[in-house]
Amino acid sequence: MIQTLFGSTENKPGLFDRMKEAVARTRENLSERIDEVVAFNKEIDRNTLDELEATLLGADLGSATTHQVLEKLRERADRKQIKDGEELKRLLKEELLAILTAANTPPVERPEGVPEVVLVVGVNGTGKTTTIGKLAQTLRSDGKTVLLCAADTFRAAAIEQLEIWGQRTGTEVIRTRAGGDPAAVLYDALEAANARHIDCLIVDTAGRLHTKTNLMAELEKMRRTAQRLIPGAPHEVLLVIDATTGQNGLQQARQFTDAAAVTGVVLTKLDGTAKGGVVVAIARELGLPVRYVGVGEKAGDLLRFDPNEFVESLIS
Amino acid sequence: MFENLQERLQRTFKSLRGQAVLNEENMQETLRELRLALLEADVNFKVVKQFIDQVQAKAVGQQVATALSPGEQVIKIVRDELIEILGKDTARVKFASQPPTVVLMAGLQGSGKTTTSGKLAHWFKNGGHRPLLVSVDVYRPAAREQLKVVAQAIKAQIYEGQVTEGNTATVERLAKEARREAINSGCDVLIVDTAGRLHIDDQLMEEMQSLKRLLNPSEILFVADAMTGQDAVRSANEFHKKLTLTGVVLTKMDGDARGGAALSIRQVTGAPIKFIGVGEKYDALEPFHPDRIVSRILGMGDILSLIERAEQTVDKKKAQDIAARALSGDGFSLEDFRDQLRQVRKMGSIQSLMGMLPSIGPFAGLQKHADKIDENQINHVEAIINSMTAYERTHHDVINGSRRKRIARGSGRTVQEVNNLLRQYAQMRKMFKQMGKGNMMRKLAGMKMG
Repeated sequence: MIQTLFGSTENKPGLFDRMKEAVARTRENLSERIDEVVAFNKEIDRNTLDELEATLLGADLGSATTHQVLEKLRERADRKQIKDGEELKRLLKEELLAILTAANTPPVERPEGVPEVVLVVGVNGTGKTTTIGKLAQTLRSDGKTVLLCAADTFRAAAIEQLEIWGQRTGTEVIRTRAGGDPAAVLYDALEAANARHIDCLIVDTAGRLHTKTNLMAELEKMRRTAQRLIPGAPHEVLLVIDATTGQNGLQQARQFTDAAAVTGVVLTKLDGTAKGGVVVAIARELGLPVRYVGVGEKAGDLLRFDPNEFVESLIS
Repeated sequence: MFENLQERLQRTFKSLRGQAVLNEENMQETLRELRLALLEADVNFKVVKQFIDQVQAKAVGQQVATALSPGEQVIKIVRDELIEILGKDTARVKFASQPPTVVLMAGLQGSGKTTTSGKLAHWFKNGGHRPLLVSVDVYRPAAREQLKVVAQAIKAQIYEGQVTEGNTATVERLAKEARREAINSGCDVLIVDTAGRLHIDDQLMEEMQSLKRLLNPSEILFVADAMTGQDAVRSANEFHKKLTLTGVVLTKMDGDARGGAALSIRQVTGAPIKFIGVGEKYDALEPFHPDRIVSRILGMGDILSLIERAEQTVDKKKAQDIAARALSGDGFSLEDFRDQLRQVRKMGSIQSLMGMLPSIGPFAGLQKHADKIDENQINHVEAIINSMTAYERTHHDVINGSRRKRIARGSGRTVQEVNNLLRQYAQMRKMFKQMGKGNMMRKLAGMKMG
């Protein structure tokens, strides 16, 4: 489903079938729910909308965002401005879309001839390394030269994992020994990217809980290192968020933005049944755009984020 | 967010003060705040609804304990209910009658299966067992390498085997080989780390079922990220339906996630939470304590700990006994006096007790006065009584000059302080005796204590 929604780069029936099946299995999708509620109540009033609250909450939008979205619709409903279920769906989509598009700012412009430096951060287990592998693939198929930097020197076999992705995508990986200084390997990678006139350097970092102050400070140090060697770097700081994440995702976004100046979000594991609605809350509160979504474990399973399609998938 | 919730709840408490019985009306506001609290904590919305209904049904008609407001009483019921749900048969790890005991790890990608496998091996080793680790994750790049590094770090045995192809046949072969290896090398526990998989991935879920058939595991642990949101019910339910989970490990609890997924998972699977992961080090695995996670999920730790301390520490029966004796005449001994002091102490330092109350509503201004209470004085009085003999404590009349000197030396206080204490004690006795004579007063005192 998502595959078609987001405009796939590849044609893969397996995934399509899986997604369709998943969606079919979740009989609580908002669209059906609206039809059901409207059929029962005939008229759209406050009570109709209360019924929808649970569905928005169930998509991990959080109570504050859910409340805001529904409040606007309630006002309209009070003035009897919502004709039928179709219009309610349209208005709901508009509200959600407004939040996402307001945050959808393009990455900063960078000077000509300078390698783009992308720092990838996030808590443990969200899929940073896998995302980097897929991102390398995407950029390489766009004809760009890519270099990877294995700055997760902490987790067991994280470097090896990135190296396998390097082999799969034909991308070189700059590495150091396990337990080495992440800022030092970043320094080497930045120099290599400069010397070889690479288009894009993607930096893998160790997963860290946003509550660990010393580890968050390490990210600041890496930022400074990047800045010293390449003007304006890192040009993009991507926070990887797992679609199954609940309201703690907001806290992650806040803390990582404070420490590492996040510029965008990658929403991973969207091929499951989780809707990833917390990114709407993140967009609303922090104005952070979603850049990519991850929909599988293969190199091609990374898609550019499209707010329209995402809202569609939230509701359907 | 957090302060807001506490303040809002406090307001609902205030409006309910003075009502003796809980009814649907006076609970409504508290329950609404509670619902928000649970949703913010990522408890699944359906579980929230079910739970609130359950609490409401249980609470209606209940007497409000004298020490609590109706709102606090509701929270107390909620807490008790949550502890019961989460704490029921939080059994230890089950061992097989015929070793090796097989522990099968299951979960979504990135929940922390490999790290937890290592932590579990470490935990088994500390318990005097000989665990063998094996990774049958032939799919994720460097997954098997990761477990190898982990095994080296904790000096646990690992079965590596050969992998040429990443498919189910390889997974099954590795599992069988590892089991044989465990038996041959005298390992009594086999921990099987598996690939992360989506609950809707039929092919990989079938592989999991086939592993279960092959290994007949004593434990099938579902490893779940504490940060999981609403989808936790769906994934846990699917895993449970296909595998019949025996327990849950909640990981990344060292972050600030409220961990509402714990309640969701428990509700849909009924499987107990056996461990929590609290850090990246291999000893950062703890047995699950329902009371701790409950205050975290509710996000009102301060109000909860106040309720808890009040009910745990003030031994009502004892207080009643002392009161009865004191009022009946000569019964109030120095021993009783010390007991009373200890009751106060057990409630925690007076400052911290005051500090726990919110600084709004009925409690506004109380904090300021807390500083003026001299805690040391209570300590000194207790030290003096401690330095008396048991006989002296029940027969204060015998405490003459030389005994006073000895007591002062023993407690490190001055004779003057000992004198003061004895004087105050004598006054108290007298006061109690007078109170005991008036029937009215006895009734009043009885009511308060009861």
